[in-house]
Amino acid sequence: MDFQEIQDRAKTAWEALQQSDKPVILIGMATCGKAAGADGVLKALEAELAQRNIETTIIPVGCIGMCYLEPIVDIIKPGRPRVSFCNVDPGKMVKLIEDYLVNDNLPTDLVLGSFGEERIEGVPKFWELPMLKMQVRIATRNCGNINPEDINHYIAQEGYSALKRTLGMKPEEVIEEVKKSGLRGRGGAGFPTWRKWGEARRSSATPKYIVCNADEGDPGAFMDRSVLEGDPHAVLEGMALAGYAVGTPNGYIYCRAEYPLAVRRLKMAIGQAKQLGLLGNNILGSDFSFNIDIMQGAGAFVCGEGSALMYSIEGKRGMPRVRPPRSVESGLWGLPTSLNNVETFANVPRIILKGGDWFASYGTESSKGTKTFALTGKICKTGLIEVPMGITLRQIVYDIGGGIREDKPFKAIQTGGPSGGCLPTGLLDTPVDFETLAKVGSIMGSGGMVVMDTGTCMVDVARYFLAFCRDESCGKCVPCREGLPLMVNILERITHGQGEPEDIGRLMELGETIVNGSLCGLGKSAPNPVLSSIHYFREEWDAHITERKCPALVCKSLISFYILPDKCQGCGICLRACPVDAISGGKRMVHIIDQSKCIKCGTCLEKCPERFSAVAKVTGESIAVPEEPVAIGAN
Amino acid sequence: MGHDTIVIPALQAVQEKFGFIPEDALEEIGRVAGMSANLVYGVASFYSQFRFVKPGEHVIKLCLGTACHVCGASGILESLERELGIVDGQTTADTKFSLESVRCFGSCALAPVMVVDDDVYGSVTPAKAKEILDRYR
Repeated sequence: MDFQEIQDRAKTAWEALQQSDKPVILIGMATCGKAAGADGVLKALEAELAQRNIETTIIPVGCIGMCYLEPIVDIIKPGRPRVSFCNVDPGKMVKLIEDYLVNDNLPTDLVLGSFGEERIEGVPKFWELPMLKMQVRIATRNCGNINPEDINHYIAQEGYSALKRTLGMKPEEVIEEVKKSGLRGRGGAGFPTWRKWGEARRSSATPKYIVCNADEGDPGAFMDRSVLEGDPHAVLEGMALAGYAVGTPNGYIYCRAEYPLAVRRLKMAIGQAKQLGLLGNNILGSDFSFNIDIMQGAGAFVCGEGSALMYSIEGKRGMPRVRPPRSVESGLWGLPTSLNNVETFANVPRIILKGGDWFASYGTESSKGTKTFALTGKICKTGLIEVPMGITLRQIVYDIGGGIREDKPFKAIQTGGPSGGCLPTGLLDTPVDFETLAKVGSIMGSGGMVVMDTGTCMVDVARYFLAFCRDESCGKCVPCREGLPLMVNILERITHGQGEPEDIGRLMELGETIVNGSLCGLGKSAPNPVLSSIHYFREEWDAHITERKCPALVCKSLISFYILPDKCQGCGICLRACPVDAISGGKRMVHIIDQSKCIKCGTCLEKCPERFSAVAKVTGESIAVPEEPVAIGAN
Repeated sequence: MGHDTIVIPALQAVQEKFGFIPEDALEEIGRVAGMSANLVYGVASFYSQFRFVKPGEHVIKLCLGTACHVCGASGILESLERELGIVDGQTTADTKFSLESVRCFGSCALAPVMVVDDDVYGSVTPAKAKEILDRYR
């Protein structure tokens, strides 16, 4: 079958689906949807439809990015635009069938928005929702809109058209188009993609390799997972284009073990693409062949580093090596290798199809196109977003993310994972691009953005990241292996209220030594979160060290819990919930926490009924309470 | 390209089947790959995925990723450790539960996240963690 035929068939099937006389139901079944309960919703849906004898087409789709509203279900009724419903649970699903599918009443409390040209009275357009209207979807163009397990859905959205076009181009022309786009590595380092491909192409040794880095190890990041689960063919097509440009039939995907669904979808996608002659030998009858193997990681953060990743594919311990030589000269098995990130690959088919200039029309002078970010932490609208480079942090946090939960004040945004930094309120107007973020002491990184409010302790966060890097250090370079535990020890002391004024200087000196004395990105950037935190949040560090206070009320050694005598109603809920029996009291008696027994777990605070709000968390002070439980109102 | 490449996939297959890597498996994988069991262990112990002791009937994985940490995961870990009487990485004496902390499932929007066997729970609190645990007792 030639490509035209494949495409016509896929488009006809897609059109038929849109015009179907049966309702079509899309349900978000990526990991986030499943975690929110999509499996239960699907079961309820199938059972109810069977009972009512309604015929429909049910399509599991990937993540549309609004994770905080999952499970999300879309319904296309014959002759009607597609309507999206959010926060669906099994009970609401059954009601939705009754209300909308059978009786044609739109339940306004569940409606999220509608798609397409036609406007429904009282329903917002989906892509005009505040979280979505500033977004530009290139890498995530199909996520949530197509069935990732059906190659025809991808082909119907111009999928594999770029590969078809490329087969008629010279490899140099492909590289030139990518150069025009200004695409830089989306894994974090931001190396120009065209240059990597060009250098790998010019390397004389053979065979060569294309490797996809899907070892998304930054905690707080799930951009690659969403793309792999929601649109695996976009990545496969991007890799095939890279293979054509570099001149090699060999591709590997290194995917982290924690993403079983992504691996399953990739395997399925590779099988389907091979069957249609879009991967494998002699693609679409040409003399270009490209095969992709999947290698699963085994849980090592350092394997996100290029040379460590390649050693891991070779079956060795993932320990980075000295560079040069760079991977494009000596990578996998010592042969030329171009290693690119999932998101980088997912962008390429669109660049080939719509042109490098089109891609470069988004973004800033030095950072072109869009970038996906995983927006998490204390933000209202958590999820996955794709925005043009150059957008400000404030626009991301407030316009897209809807601001901070419970209207608390913003404190910091952490970008770049354990290699990045925490940026304070004063830098909210910083435009997001590779150079600007680096200039203010953080990095773009792979795209994790963790938002923190005034209830987050910056010293504790610095300790957290450092402990992460200490655990993940491969142990090859002494400054990283020995220096990080030393820094963690100092931070543990500070968070336990045993800090010394000299500690700040010690941390900075150690940090500098580790940065200078480590081979790979892990060690070179591990002290970043500490250094940027000291720089921007010095007052909070001083409060811990000199006043023995944790202003954010997080560090356990520096906080205490008290039951307020004038508020306690003697209900006994906290007494029963306390896991260490530190609370004494009786019916209608003011309860008291034994400070010597209290482990500061916060269960009493969590359990105390909101109308009483009788438990207080304080730092650096004590609250006067009776020594023994007394009758309420006694004092 | 040597036989080394089979080592990690073989270890993964063994763990998938048995839940951990028994000593015999290290020998056998070494024999096929043409390397000593010691070298195989060297690779296996580098990666956090591999266990060398049999896990409990239910495996509890608690995410300690950044988003989960910021949303209070360390308090949940302490609560679970106290409830089970074991620390992170151990299995209870009755082999009913194993407790493992992991770094990010990529479900950060639902932080803090706790996974028991294949069931994912989001927005967990210390008190909720105890309730979830009780369902598997």
